[in-house]
Amino acid sequence: MAPLTQLFWHFLLLGCVAVGGVSTVMPDMYRYVVDENAMVSARQFSDLYALAQAAPGPNALWVTLLGLQAAGWTGALATTLGILVPATAFSLVASTLHARHADAPLALAVRRGLAPVALGFMLASGWLLLHSIGHDWRGYLIALVALLVAIGTRLNPLWLLAAGAVAGMAGLI
Amino acid sequence: MSEAQKSAREIFLTFTRIGASGFGGVNFWIRRVLVQEKCWITDREYLEGLALGQILPGPNVYNLTVMLGYRFGGVRGAFAASAGLLGAPLAILLVLGVLYQHYGALPVLQRALAGMIAVAAGLLLANALSLAAALPRRLRPWGFLVLAFAGVGVMRWPLLYVMGGLAPFAMAAVWRR
Repeated sequence: MAPLTQLFWHFLLLGCVAVGGVSTVMPDMYRYVVDENAMVSARQFSDLYALAQAAPGPNALWVTLLGLQAAGWTGALATTLGILVPATAFSLVASTLHARHADAPLALAVRRGLAPVALGFMLASGWLLLHSIGHDWRGYLIALVALLVAIGTRLNPLWLLAAGAVAGMAGLI
Repeated sequence: MSEAQKSAREIFLTFTRIGASGFGGVNFWIRRVLVQEKCWITDREYLEGLALGQILPGPNVYNLTVMLGYRFGGVRGAFAASAGLLGAPLAILLVLGVLYQHYGALPVLQRALAGMIAVAAGLLLANALSLAAALPRRLRPWGFLVLAFAGVGVMRWPLLYVMGGLAPFAMAAVWRR
């Protein structure tokens, strides 16, 4: 298979299991594009994720940036469709089944059973981001401050990202 | 509850507004526009949709958008909502991506991005922690959490294998109750 087709299929598969959001499958995107195929560097991977957080729209769209960096415009199309096609299909099926309530037995098992697994994956995503800036203690400190502010206040995350950019430029990390 | 169907154009324009103003979280704007301003859905329906969006694979707000679009205008409505939500953000992201390819290696930008990565990691972990607070205080769910983290984060195993290995047991563990 051509690398681009493989990229599409890989993201399509991840799109099918991304219960809990796209940040849960981020570690495997990292494994695929950074570790296995060296399409982007570890640092570029995290740069693009951080950049996308500062843009409007669903955060998951950072896969578009990842695809663009990995394989140009067609790469952007491959990763974006890979994530959106399964999401669209599953949502339309749920709609046509009139699955209005999220408390059917299977839905409950998916939600309660997979929640800890999805959370473990999300924590791994955060871990990888910190890894890409070298597991620096200053990086941990900035992450910890952002975490506490995000949990303790209703401040728009955009301000935190801006503060992080300023702290970085000032050489604090 | 208003069951009146909306035109695809109206759905597209409404979700365009939600997508373009979705700085720092689309969910906030979905509720503000659809529940509070236009009264197309009630708060209760919004929450039900959100819960359902969370068990479907993919971006939660995107799943919610497709389901709401379908409800307001069938399959055409679903695609109109999807295109509206994604159009403006995709254009902005592609511009950012091209700018990054040209200037991303500048030292000052690399330093700024390092700070943003640390913040983004903090935001992601904050999100995971506030969700984890809702987990039952029992050994088993936390065991699955640790195994999932160790498998993909530390061992760097393929996520599909880790998911395939854990999901049946994780779901069976809650099914019996």
